[in-house]
Amino acid sequence: MTGIVGAFVEAWSEIRIHRTRVLLSLIGVAVAVAALTSVVGLGAITQQATTENYERQSGRPATLFVSAYNPTTGATPDAKTLSTAFLTVTDRYSVDWTTRSTYAQVSVDFTEGLTPVDTMVVDVDYGTMHRVQMLTGSWFTAGDEQRLAPALVVNETVWKRLGSPDLRTHPTVTIQGADPVTAVIVGVTPDPPYSQGYATMFMLYDSYMAIAAPAQVQSLYPQFEAWVPTDIAEDLTGLIQRDIAGALGDGWQVDVNRQDYLVYQGEDPLLSIKLLVGGVAVLVLLLGALGLVNISLVTVRQRIREIGIRRSFGATAGRVFFAVMMESVVAAAAAGVVGVFIAVLVVKNPMVVGFIAQGITDVPAFPLEAALIGLGAATFVGALAGLLPALVAVRVKVIDAIRY
Amino acid sequence: MTLLELEGVTRTVELPDDEPLHILRGVDLTVSVGDHVSIVGRSGSGKSTLLNLLGLLDNPTSGAIRFDGRLISDMSANQRDRARGRDVGFIFQQFNLLGGRTALENAMTPLLYASGRQFWRREQIALEMLDRVGLSHRAQSMPEKLSGGEQQRVAIARALVRGPRLILADEPTGALDVETGASVMALLDEVAHSSGAALITITHDANIAALARRHYRLDRGVLAPVDVNRVLALAQPEVTL
Repeated sequence: MTGIVGAFVEAWSEIRIHRTRVLLSLIGVAVAVAALTSVVGLGAITQQATTENYERQSGRPATLFVSAYNPTTGATPDAKTLSTAFLTVTDRYSVDWTTRSTYAQVSVDFTEGLTPVDTMVVDVDYGTMHRVQMLTGSWFTAGDEQRLAPALVVNETVWKRLGSPDLRTHPTVTIQGADPVTAVIVGVTPDPPYSQGYATMFMLYDSYMAIAAPAQVQSLYPQFEAWVPTDIAEDLTGLIQRDIAGALGDGWQVDVNRQDYLVYQGEDPLLSIKLLVGGVAVLVLLLGALGLVNISLVTVRQRIREIGIRRSFGATAGRVFFAVMMESVVAAAAAGVVGVFIAVLVVKNPMVVGFIAQGITDVPAFPLEAALIGLGAATFVGALAGLLPALVAVRVKVIDAIRY
Repeated sequence: MTLLELEGVTRTVELPDDEPLHILRGVDLTVSVGDHVSIVGRSGSGKSTLLNLLGLLDNPTSGAIRFDGRLISDMSANQRDRARGRDVGFIFQQFNLLGGRTALENAMTPLLYASGRQFWRREQIALEMLDRVGLSHRAQSMPEKLSGGEQQRVAIARALVRGPRLILADEPTGALDVETGASVMALLDEVAHSSGAALITITHDANIAALARRHYRLDRGVLAPVDVNRVLALAQPEVTL
């Protein structure tokens, strides 16, 4: 016990006395750890951003897409029949998250006249399943399905064309279905980068069906999506396909398949990027370690007399080895803490987050693994850099060193 | 009570393209608790090698060294290191205080390798020892702010903090003027005597050697007793060792 405490006391005393040299030698390590930790931290945010982007496009893992057609004629079952079958079957298997989605053009009466707006017709669950991000207001709720005046979630362009009204005043627009209908705007989505000025909006599936002209209903070809746990996705795929095919009757081919990013790209679509960036960071760290080894070796050679004196007062070879190693480890770990701190400042900097995490809904906290990797790497580098000088230190011939 | 015993000790170094170099030849020496022994010798006479052996830093080529009755050749390197830390205190010619550390921190250094009470009370023990050598008022001074005599007194305090039974003084006054050297030796003798430790002074200064109670001369690796009058005669400028 006293041996370990003594070694720490010695190491700390050595670092304190040679703080300028230690500081200089550790700048490289601190910078390397900051780089490594930042890379891991930013990597986590980038991964989250990419994942969310994937999920916006093709749903969260595992999202099952259901479609049906007649293999002979190529015809599709009417939307209502397929919709009923889909909802019945997913309800049977207690699938909590389902949505129908389709595209339609709805004319909106702006001050300058009727303008067709590309409308995505969805169910309430779509917002969660596709991580729809809100600029202001809120996404549809179950209550919105009961509204007599249909609810709309418009994009920023539409909202601005309406004069950016306060949503607490329940702004309305007139839309053209079979007849003109007043609709209430409940939420606004931000325009994605590089597509400002293009008017789009969301409308609930049942609300659209209620106002759409028969011809518009006929031309609909909705998609059906179910978000299910990944571990039972395969089993549910077979069951849902079988049950919907049974509900539709003979002659219909029912396809159920996953289109979320995981099914295409395995477990980690960012593995190659991670490996590349991680490799660069490790290289930086090794260069830092090399500098530390260099300085430590020179320092130990300058300290031969001191090591001889310590040996003459009873320091065993093991103790000298441990003390020299500890100096390096303690110093590198301290540099690691500084490096991690710098990395946190970089990664959590609003400008960096704004740049990296554009459009992200769940900005991840600074990943603990990044901090641990940074600290672990620093300690490892410290041990590695301390090894050679420690070996040199134990080979010191005591009396020769003292008389040197 | 015999503390250290050398019996027919030789130390030979094999040279690559030459005859083996016999540094020590059949050295016999017995040192008891409380003894004060001086060893004089010219440069190259084997003093450093003998110091290595006496300080448990090296093994003899042949012969036996017993410390406290135990053969050091039977001890592992770690056991020798621990015995050295516990029972041997070194005082060097150039003081060899550690730079960047105060007098107190220097005096505390050997206690870092102690255990139990000695380790945990190291600051207090070191302060007491500095007080004993009359330097408690300079405890926070850096070595470079101390005079040569003060530095050697810090070195004495450092050598004695663990209460060694054997003090090895290697040219302890070599870097001091005559007056300071005499006062440092008087202090060393007094402190060693009061603590009951054996003191071996290795020097080429006959005046310092004469302060010991038993005297030896090391010449070409052979250690032989020498009379105190002979030692003092050797101190005369016209006589060479």
